[in-house]
Amino acid sequence: METTAFKKIYTKITQITKATCTLQASGIGYDEMAEVNGRLAQVVKINGNNVTLQIFSGTEGIPTNAEVTFLGRPPVLKVSEDLAGRFFNAYGQPIDGGPEVEGEEREIGGPSVNPVRRLQPSELIPTGIAGIDLNNTLVTGQKIPFFADPDQPFNQVMAMVALRAKADKIILGGMGLTNDDYLYYKNVFDNAGALDRIISFVNTTENPPVERLLVPDMALTAAEYFAYDKKETVLVLLTDMTLYADALSIVSNRMDQIPSKDSMPGSLYSDLAKIYEKAVQFPEGGSITIIAVTTLSSGDITHAIPDNTGYITEGQLFLRRDTDIGKVIIDPFRSLSRLKQLVIGKQTRADHPQVMNAAVRLYADAANAKTKLENGFDLTAYDERTMRFAREYSKELLAIDVNIDTTQMLDTAWGLFGRHFSKAEVGIKQEFVDLYWTEKE
Amino acid sequence: MEKNKNTNGVVSGIIANLVMVQVDGPVSQNEICYINLAGVDLMAEVIKVLGDVAYVQVFESTRGLKVGDTVAFAGHMLEVTLGPGILSKNYDGLQHDLDKMEGTFLRRGEYTEAIDTSKKWDYKPLAKVGEKVIAGSWLGEVKENWINHKIMVPFKLTDSYKVKWLAEEGNYAASEVMAVLEDEDGKEVPVTMVQKFPVKIAIKAYKEKPRPFRLMETGIRIIDTLNPIVEGGTGFIPGPFGSGKTVLQHALSKQADADLIIVAACGERANEVVEIFYEFPHLDDPRTGRKLMERTTIIANTSNMPVAAREASVYTAMTIGEYYRSMGLKVLLLADSTSRWAQALREMSNRMEELPGPDAFPMDLPAIISNFYARAGYVKLNNGATGSITFIGTVSPAGGNLKEPVTESTKKVARCFYALSQQRADSKRYPAVDPIDSYSKYLEYDEVREYLSSHVSEEWIDKVEETRNLLLKGKEANEQINILGDDGVPVDYHLRYWRSEVIDFVILQQDAFDKTDSSTPMERQQYMLNLVLGVCNTPLEFDSFEEVNPFFKRVINTLKQMNYSDYMSDQFSQFENELSTILTERKSA
Ligand SMILES: Nc1ncnc2c1ncn2[C@@H]1O[C@H](COP(=O)(O)OP(=O)(O)O)[C@@H](O)[C@H]1O
Ligand SMILES: [Mg+2]
Repeated sequence: METTAFKKIYTKITQITKATCTLQASGIGYDEMAEVNGRLAQVVKINGNNVTLQIFSGTEGIPTNAEVTFLGRPPVLKVSEDLAGRFFNAYGQPIDGGPEVEGEEREIGGPSVNPVRRLQPSELIPTGIAGIDLNNTLVTGQKIPFFADPDQPFNQVMAMVALRAKADKIILGGMGLTNDDYLYYKNVFDNAGALDRIISFVNTTENPPVERLLVPDMALTAAEYFAYDKKETVLVLLTDMTLYADALSIVSNRMDQIPSKDSMPGSLYSDLAKIYEKAVQFPEGGSITIIAVTTLSSGDITHAIPDNTGYITEGQLFLRRDTDIGKVIIDPFRSLSRLKQLVIGKQTRADHPQVMNAAVRLYADAANAKTKLENGFDLTAYDERTMRFAREYSKELLAIDVNIDTTQMLDTAWGLFGRHFSKAEVGIKQEFVDLYWTEKE
Repeated sequence: MEKNKNTNGVVSGIIANLVMVQVDGPVSQNEICYINLAGVDLMAEVIKVLGDVAYVQVFESTRGLKVGDTVAFAGHMLEVTLGPGILSKNYDGLQHDLDKMEGTFLRRGEYTEAIDTSKKWDYKPLAKVGEKVIAGSWLGEVKENWINHKIMVPFKLTDSYKVKWLAEEGNYAASEVMAVLEDEDGKEVPVTMVQKFPVKIAIKAYKEKPRPFRLMETGIRIIDTLNPIVEGGTGFIPGPFGSGKTVLQHALSKQADADLIIVAACGERANEVVEIFYEFPHLDDPRTGRKLMERTTIIANTSNMPVAAREASVYTAMTIGEYYRSMGLKVLLLADSTSRWAQALREMSNRMEELPGPDAFPMDLPAIISNFYARAGYVKLNNGATGSITFIGTVSPAGGNLKEPVTESTKKVARCFYALSQQRADSKRYPAVDPIDSYSKYLEYDEVREYLSSHVSEEWIDKVEETRNLLLKGKEANEQINILGDDGVPVDYHLRYWRSEVIDFVILQQDAFDKTDSSTPMERQQYMLNLVLGVCNTPLEFDSFEEVNPFFKRVINTLKQMNYSDYMSDQFSQFENELSTILTERKSA
């Protein structure tokens, strides 16, 4: 596609830092790509004739007489149906031994959708996991991360959700993925016979961290092609966004920018929002749903990365090991789906919102009772009932290995209410109590 | 800003959306310029000048911009266009009409007109030929939706004038000359329905700004009953993510008793604006019976739209608000979130390598916030009419910690503090406004107290204070129970705690998604508060603390059923009867 017949070669670098190099050049566009001794780089600063390039794979060993050529364009991805089933690196180059993809060249990190051209998300995504479908229902066009400590099985849960979500395409953006996890995904998708629906852009722990910065935009450019041009339902999986943000801080630190909280760049919010806001429901039918992973360090969600993420995404799914039942659950307190109210009680049974809230409230009572117990106090009969309820609720509904449909989830919850509580203690609207209350067996 | 000749320049440096421009003539701080990138004009604003280099923040992506690209300076600051046709529009942060843009994706440099100046309006003159007028004087009016939209002497005109000619009643395009004014030197000034005004300068076309006093009903009990906001008041809603800031603001925009609502979606989610686009055209405004969208204007600069325009978006919204206030209307301005605007300032300040203040925010952040809040208020116009801008902003504190610069600066200037608590949100006690920490300074205003005494009831303020007291006592009792154990405290402590729980569940908590519960008119709020205080003041007898919890659970459940029932319906009364039956079980002789 390149039409430039002759490319000027520069050979005089005037300044080199850990991440960047500077040289004299003219007629260079901001954000333009370049090659420095064959390494890909991007223009991050222009001051008169001084052009500063960020070299993605680092500046180790770059000499002052390195050959620099400018590519005359920002980073691009060639898009076509041929992307399906393929595996790429962060630059969009095949890593599966297959041929280069032919197709239309698209700039990555392109423009945003005009908000008045968006459709309000309205399609429920069933996952069978009650901790999600009952308490934190997902909707197409939503953007939501798993918040999890690194030892939680988030990759497994995400793969499970992806396969049950019935998307036309699943696009995996792997950032700092270990090679084992990369192969895990490949295997799971292969076993499910889904490989032809999968497109992967992967930066593994073996690749330079700064290259990761290209991965979300690559994945989302492919996603926009399928969702907008082809009107398909696209699910984008981004893991691990914490490692993406770490790469941002490496760059800003090397460029001597003033860090804000937790040594993250001051622009972290905008940088993350540009990615997550690509989630969209188009009126013509296609959609992009983003499910991400943000790993936490010992559950701390006040750290700048999860904190900014929470302010951007439409909720979060918090994974936690419940030691009482010995299983990983979707924590009902810290988890949230902000789009659930668009579908629950509408595409699901009308009692869904009230049942969900009542159960979580009673679960909160159990947490209080537990604190009381830990502080050495006697429990009341009510306290004990809430704790019994909590154990069953956790096992039968919150655990990630639950796989039932929403109506079954609601019936299960009513069953638990009737078994442990009086109607007044549950406090649900009378009309639903009349319909669904089941007395203690 | 007075300049005769328009200056030109060329790009000499680029760092993201900060661009250095070598200029060939005078430029002003905050002047607008257009950078030509391959035939497309990108709008930018001067934020610093050093010698003959102007530092400009570009309201667009600068991808592909080159050193040497040409720049034309516009000779004015960032301005909004004011005139009939603003209501129900969806604008971007710079007041470009989003609906008029082509295609699904936003394109750089696609700047659509804010107002359709060819649209015709039924016009009626209000002034008389020969009358003395000044900026803001009403010359005539047109019907915009249901609002009497005043055609005013442009705010930029600083002298006093005589009306020389006025158009007769009739149907005119917004661009037509509706009046000719004559200044003291006999110079004629034509006036159309449309004028422009810089957003960073407050419109001061009023006589005075008295203290506000009139309650602005919102239908939200924890606000109206406990922490009331007034017409022309200011308030802010800080809270960690997911605590309910946006839901609360949306509820305000749907229910508040205002003539018009301006929503500035500043650096937050696009889908939240989409929700308004989708719902408001179908929802009724209970006051006028018209659709909610007819009184609503949206300024959308969502988080994926250009960062520099975030700051502009709140000023655009405020200036439009001031314009309508000058017509004698009560405006409610909502901004979600003001923290994003502060962050935009921070990004730019860092790029300019300015000396940073706390948390790397610019040093003058407190002054910027305070100046902005000061533009809200209740005003007496020169013709004796009154108008108001009530402003409520959300704040998104990093890590949910309120000890951070944006929260602290805002707390100094906003009079109502609606603190959302993570703990309440976690236990689904919505709206998660913390009943102990939150306050409305207006309750201390004599004017407001008088207003409440005469418009709600004479004992109202005492009742509100009693309610606060009961809540505080309940909290203290609960702490004691937690320290000493259920049986380590007298039964009375449990009673105190559960009385506060009744207030919490029945008055404070409110289901924003329930048709009936979501909005409670003042009359009903008063009725329910009386009922709840009645419960709290009923002397009850219990043999042991174990009986307290089940009893109050029933009381709360019955009262909540009342909240879900239509006011004074049979169902409502039935639950009320049930309540008194429950109470008699335990009433002490
Ligand atoms: N008054 C309310 N009633 C019921 N649910 C609420 C209420 N306020 C908030 N929520 C729940 O909390 C979620 C987050 O609220 P939101 O206003 O978006 O939070 P924030 O803007 O503070 O991040 C909502 O999607 C909704 O599920
Ligand atoms: Mg919000």
